[in-house]
Amino acid sequence: MTAAVGIRGVTKRFGDDVTAVDNVSLDIVDGEFFSLLGPSGCGKTTMLRMIAGLEFPTEGSIQIFGEELALKPPNKRPVNTVFQSYALFPHMTVEKNVAFGLEMRKVPKAETADRVTEAIAAVHMTGMENRKPKQLSGGQQQRVALARALINRPKVLLLDEPLGALDLKLRQAMQIELKDIQAEVGITFIYVTHDQEEALTMSNRIGVMEAGKLLQVGTPEEIYERPVNRFVAEFIGETNFIDGIATEDDRVRLADGTEVYAISDAPVGADVTLTLRPEKIQIHARDATNIPPERNQLPATITRQLYYGESFYYEIEIPGGELLDARLENIPSLRRWDVGTEVTISFHREAAEALTS
Amino acid sequence: MSVQQGTAHRPWVDRLLTINGWLIFGFLYLPIFILVIYSFSDSKIVGIWGGFTWKWYGRMFGNPEMMGALSNSIKVAIISTVIATILGTTAALALDRYRKWLGKGAFDVIMYMPVIIPEVTMGAMLLIWFTQVLPINLSIWTIILGHIAFSASFVAIIVRARLANLDDSLEEAARDLYANRWTTFRRVTLPLIMPGVMGGALLALTLSLDDVIITEFVQGPGASLLPVYVFGLIKRQVTPEINAVSTLMLGISMVLVFVSLGFQARSRSSEGNKEE
Amino acid sequence: MTMLDDHPSEEASPELEKKAERAESWRGFFTALPTYVFLIIFFVLPLIIITVISFTERSRTGKPVLGEWTLEWWIKLGDPLVRTVGFRSVWLAFLNTAFSLLLGYPFAYWIATRKSAIMRNFLLVLVLIPFWSNFLVRTYAWRTLLDSNGLITSIGEWTGLWGKMLFTEPAVFLGLLYGYLPFMVLPLYAAIEHLDWNLVEAARDLYAGAWKAFRKVTLPLSMPGIIAGSILVFIPSLGAYVTPDLLGGAKTTLLGNYIVTQFKSGRNWPFGATLSVTILALMMIATIIYFRKGGKTL
Repeated sequence: MTAAVGIRGVTKRFGDDVTAVDNVSLDIVDGEFFSLLGPSGCGKTTMLRMIAGLEFPTEGSIQIFGEELALKPPNKRPVNTVFQSYALFPHMTVEKNVAFGLEMRKVPKAETADRVTEAIAAVHMTGMENRKPKQLSGGQQQRVALARALINRPKVLLLDEPLGALDLKLRQAMQIELKDIQAEVGITFIYVTHDQEEALTMSNRIGVMEAGKLLQVGTPEEIYERPVNRFVAEFIGETNFIDGIATEDDRVRLADGTEVYAISDAPVGADVTLTLRPEKIQIHARDATNIPPERNQLPATITRQLYYGESFYYEIEIPGGELLDARLENIPSLRRWDVGTEVTISFHREAAEALTS
Repeated sequence: MSVQQGTAHRPWVDRLLTINGWLIFGFLYLPIFILVIYSFSDSKIVGIWGGFTWKWYGRMFGNPEMMGALSNSIKVAIISTVIATILGTTAALALDRYRKWLGKGAFDVIMYMPVIIPEVTMGAMLLIWFTQVLPINLSIWTIILGHIAFSASFVAIIVRARLANLDDSLEEAARDLYANRWTTFRRVTLPLIMPGVMGGALLALTLSLDDVIITEFVQGPGASLLPVYVFGLIKRQVTPEINAVSTLMLGISMVLVFVSLGFQARSRSSEGNKEE
Repeated sequence: MTMLDDHPSEEASPELEKKAERAESWRGFFTALPTYVFLIIFFVLPLIIITVISFTERSRTGKPVLGEWTLEWWIKLGDPLVRTVGFRSVWLAFLNTAFSLLLGYPFAYWIATRKSAIMRNFLLVLVLIPFWSNFLVRTYAWRTLLDSNGLITSIGEWTGLWGKMLFTEPAVFLGLLYGYLPFMVLPLYAAIEHLDWNLVEAARDLYAGAWKAFRKVTLPLSMPGIIAGSILVFIPSLGAYVTPDLLGGAKTTLLGNYIVTQFKSGRNWPFGATLSVTILALMMIATIIYFRKGGKTL
């Protein structure tokens, strides 16, 4: 089966010294909700603009359902874009905005009218047809931008941080709505965002980018649970890093000499960094005896305690001198620890992953 | 923003400012009012009121030289405005919308020079150019060329300011929605910079209708424009007929002010802005 | 957007990217081309020629004689008469700029600080009308006021404070001030209107008196308007022609009239060219000094 979007060895250089996108290859499956995630300036928007045709790749191939279009102008591509600023035409009404693409493709008037009515209804904007964009709220403009793109039945819909300008509540509501719309129309969505939470909750798969490079592609779970390097681990969610040296049998020796079990591909003797999510750590009394054998144990001291409402954060010091964050859910049976208490912490053998640097 | 904050002055400061303000308005308007009033005075001497009359307006419209100058002025203003607006707008587009091209840096400098160059210098250099270098006779067309040469830059500045405030992604969105370059320009770019283009055109029109110096340098025999003709009249002898034609010229200026204000208001409402 | 319009179904390569960039760059060039050509023919070349002409001999009719070179006209700039005209022009332009600022600032400040937006817009339109009104007509208005039967002369004679001012330097100064004051007020208004008044309040909160807050906060923040307004008044004042011609007499010749005279009754085009280039140079210098001192805004 051909991929909806096939990207091969795509590089984009601006001038001589800026490489915005560096040799990216990627297949996006038909019907997928795919997110490109990364900090600002990582090249994700440039990548999206190259798929849209708004930027010209320096090298490489971009195919949509097998058709090569790296060099095609944007008006000759079967993709549409929802822009970060919405880019609604301020001098046209909602109706005219939505009809623009069909008008350009010379779709008959009657069909256009029907499809416009339908598209406006699909984003719950019926009754607002004759408003100008400036008379709409941010959320409403967002919906119009979506209708204006989707009405053309593109093979792939590109979304460039479309929720970035909305406030938190509206953003969360729109996330769900976007997901529903995507399920309904069944079109491939490529979604650019710097918000890791948004990417995790909405996507089928995520591609993490940094400094123009595609670091990891995977499902939200794979990205969160099995990050390929320190950058991915740190950018997505919160994590603790503990330096160590790989020894045999998936074991890692920490700075103070204790050995713990972890998921590791590292050769014996290699320097590694353990990544361990705060919510995977449990805190026990120093003399606890009921810790299951598949969990690593370390003696530790509580150095700070923070109340977060739904959870407690503890900062704890382990023998090597490293400070770890642990997050414990605020359930009624939760035992609380005072600062200075000597405790034992535990984490599952498969909760920690050894990353080679 | 309907209320300016942080401007609470002591009452006497505010009162002084207000008095000063109206005094300056008096300074700006009184001379014009007096000029207009004396255009209706039935006395040969300006400054002495001789009762109401329309006679000077009658004389003005009956003066073939004056009417010829008026029609020349209108012709020059319209032709030079249309050409200057096209040249200024395309120049602004090239400067703002294309990253780099052959000679862009030099063009950017040349484009702005006519704005700061003194009009006498402009007039003198065009006179020398037309009469000593190019084999052309001075005529109404040399006036038109002169007017374009200095008003195109003003148009370019105004349109460029408008373009700079125009979000690039609007044009990208049009391209993304299957519009080719030309359609994108016609349907999106041009309508959105139209207030700037019209503002520039009105300024070019005003500059052309106001100009005395450049016209005086490059006019041909018998092809004078109204301001230059009136200028000559004033130097010879001041008569209420001049007040009448001055009132007419003020009327034209006034119409242009309100047309320009109307354009601004309309462009704001066409984008659905509420009153700011 | 750099794209090839003849969309080949090819992969991208640095060569094709270059080709597209070049195509885009040519598109920009051709968009500018008509204006570029026009300005070269009717602005750049004339500017070069007038500079060349300032070094030529003149014929008996006053026209330049190409091929016969002289420094005479540049040396003539040092003549006492020419120096007097030059200094008078610069002095009047400077005086006009200073007075426009002095009168214009409190005026613009007053308009910009009116509480209601309707009032502000109304006053702004009142400034715009003289700004757009025909300059010659506005100058002519003063001619009648300052003449023997004029209102100002009558007031002067009645109070015994002044007589007929027409054809004197004060008349030229009044005409220039009247003519260019709106050019000062508009940029000042724009600068003061956009001012962040919270900063002024912060200054007051930090124990600055009203005057001190104005001097330390409002005034520096409205500097862009002051600079733009000063340039807009200084440049046309220096090259003024209509005002001194109508309101001044032979004794108040300014550079503008002096140049025109060279091309007409003076019959000395090369010297006229020299003066034209000089006035342009003066203006460039003034503009550059202003920009250096006040940053980049215009």
